[in-house]
Amino acid sequence: MSILVNASTKVICQGLTGSQGSFHSEQALAYGTKMVGGVTPGKGGSKHLDLPIYNTVDEAVSRTGANASAIYVPPAFAADAIMEAADAGIELIICITEGIPVLDMVKAKAFVNQTSSRLIGPNCPGVITPDECKIGIMPGHIHKKGKIGVVSRSGTLTYEAVAQLSEQSLGQSTCVGIGGDPVNGTNFIDVLELFNADPETEGVIMIGEIGGTAEEEAAEYIKSQFKKPIAAFIAGSTAPPGKRMGHAGAIISGGKGTAEAKFEALMAAGCEIARSPGELGIAMKKALTN
Amino acid sequence: MNIHEYQAKTILKKYGCNVLEGVMIDDVSQAKKAGEKLGGPIWVVKAQIHAGGRGKAGGVKLAKSLDEVEALSKEILGKTLVTHQTGPEGKEVRKLYIEDGCDIAKEYYVAVLVDRATDQITMMASSEGGVDIEDVAENTPELIHSIQVNPVVGLAAFQARELAFKMGMTGKIVHKAVKSLMSLYAAFVATDASSAEINPLVETKQGEVLTLDAKMSFDSNALYRHPEIMELRDLSEEEESEIEASKHDLAFIKLEGNIGCLVNGAGLAMSTMDIIKICGGEPANFLDVGGGATKEKVTEAFKIILKDPNVKGILVNIFGGIMKCDIIAEGVIAATKDLGLEVPLVVRLAGTNVELGQKLLQESGLNIIAAKNLSDAAEKIVKSVKEL
Repeated sequence: MSILVNASTKVICQGLTGSQGSFHSEQALAYGTKMVGGVTPGKGGSKHLDLPIYNTVDEAVSRTGANASAIYVPPAFAADAIMEAADAGIELIICITEGIPVLDMVKAKAFVNQTSSRLIGPNCPGVITPDECKIGIMPGHIHKKGKIGVVSRSGTLTYEAVAQLSEQSLGQSTCVGIGGDPVNGTNFIDVLELFNADPETEGVIMIGEIGGTAEEEAAEYIKSQFKKPIAAFIAGSTAPPGKRMGHAGAIISGGKGTAEAKFEALMAAGCEIARSPGELGIAMKKALTN
Repeated sequence: MNIHEYQAKTILKKYGCNVLEGVMIDDVSQAKKAGEKLGGPIWVVKAQIHAGGRGKAGGVKLAKSLDEVEALSKEILGKTLVTHQTGPEGKEVRKLYIEDGCDIAKEYYVAVLVDRATDQITMMASSEGGVDIEDVAENTPELIHSIQVNPVVGLAAFQARELAFKMGMTGKIVHKAVKSLMSLYAAFVATDASSAEINPLVETKQGEVLTLDAKMSFDSNALYRHPEIMELRDLSEEEESEIEASKHDLAFIKLEGNIGCLVNGAGLAMSTMDIIKICGGEPANFLDVGGGATKEKVTEAFKIILKDPNVKGILVNIFGGIMKCDIIAEGVIAATKDLGLEVPLVVRLAGTNVELGQKLLQESGLNIIAAKNLSDAAEKIVKSVKEL
């Protein structure tokens, strides 16, 4: 088993004919992801990458039975694309787009919350279950099938974690990038709950960063309910306060959201802490043997 | 993006907040004229910098005559203010706002922001205005009241009333304050602000409610639909290298150390800074070249790093996903040939096309120290810089 996506997940891409959507869908197809179509308003009826294009998500769902959507549309239109996917009943919406206005996301999130859809992202690398399904921009070849769940706010830092896990011969059950924006669809706790219930996941590595309190909230959950070994790292110990560190959500404001506070909360919750980003794999191994 | 107090007040006034008359000046010669225009009998001379805590640092002063307006303007303009938000180096005052005075009866605090825990817009209010709100949050959190705004309905009048009562307001003041709160919310939403704060919101002895100080900052992801807000950007308040980086769409933040970093991805870029520190070095910057960087973008990034005279070594750390390692290698080679390289350079490549990238670097004949992983890279650059 795995969480969120597997070999039978049927995926459409919103923005398939754009350069990003096109490039990454090609990669996903090559990886073996079951892509069933694309949505580009106005291009319905045509084909791209040998996949049928539809004008609306609703039409794509009724024709293909898709249950997941990867969104690559530009930031100005991405919140609308998220709501369209939720309205069409897509179970899993993964929004890769970076740079969506925060107030657009506040509305889109409220909309998604009224449906049964789950949103991952935005501004995230996506989700991969190795050897089964890759939705997103991560390099597929670095992943290995296995028993470690990965959840992270970052993109390339997740690849770093995966590479270090593989070095320790620790494969991954599923890797989930929840994104670097202040308003996102799925948080650490949601993903940890899924990993907790997945019999194939034996341990989890969680990668957070400065800003907000999502890691502190996750620490509370871990302490009270999480049953599996867990390793954790927080990026941004050296970040100055008040500055936005690349990710819209990565900012220490009013003394809140520091790496130190997050490390402390996670340590108190019993996580194996990696103080150095060079020791992510080692920390996971330690957590498993303790 | 941040703006000045006088600019925030112009916006808030447009949406219905009461503000005092004022004039912005950037030269002492304009001070008396500004004072005359306002009429007196009292004036407040306020330093305009993108940081809070100006009053305590001597950047806000009361004048009782036109001569005093001029004298105080002379004193504050050009002065470097050090507040808890400027860092130890402080900020030079380049603009002043000369404003009418008023009779303050009571001071309150109001702010709007997006609450990340609930993913909703939140309005916060407190009876403890005119002081550092972080201190209030720390010492008397029960005096800060907040309400969540439904994104479809917007701020409802009953919510604003509730906050006014919780701040301890009574009588006619309540309705006047409600108007200010509704206006503040309207301005926040209309401009895609990331935070909007009135501190203090004052009740005057004459029974008026005034926005005495205001601070707004904006969501940079939404600036594309607000050209009028873009025009308010004050480049003199920003770090020169950060302005240059933003022109090339590079996420860059200058720091105090001596090891320049060039990394792809924000999380990995922060982690690279962290591991340099763990190994005993100090990062000179945060730099994320982004996912789809070109050879040209890498060259520009190198130029920005090398412009910093503090930089005594550079660490390039790339985990190629979308980004291909050979493109990075080409950029590194082009930049070093173009700009010359007198400091040690450690390059760590991983991910997509890594073999090709490493081969290009080896064949370039450049003095590049290759690293096999993140820890190795950090150790090597710190060691090289210490040996200089």
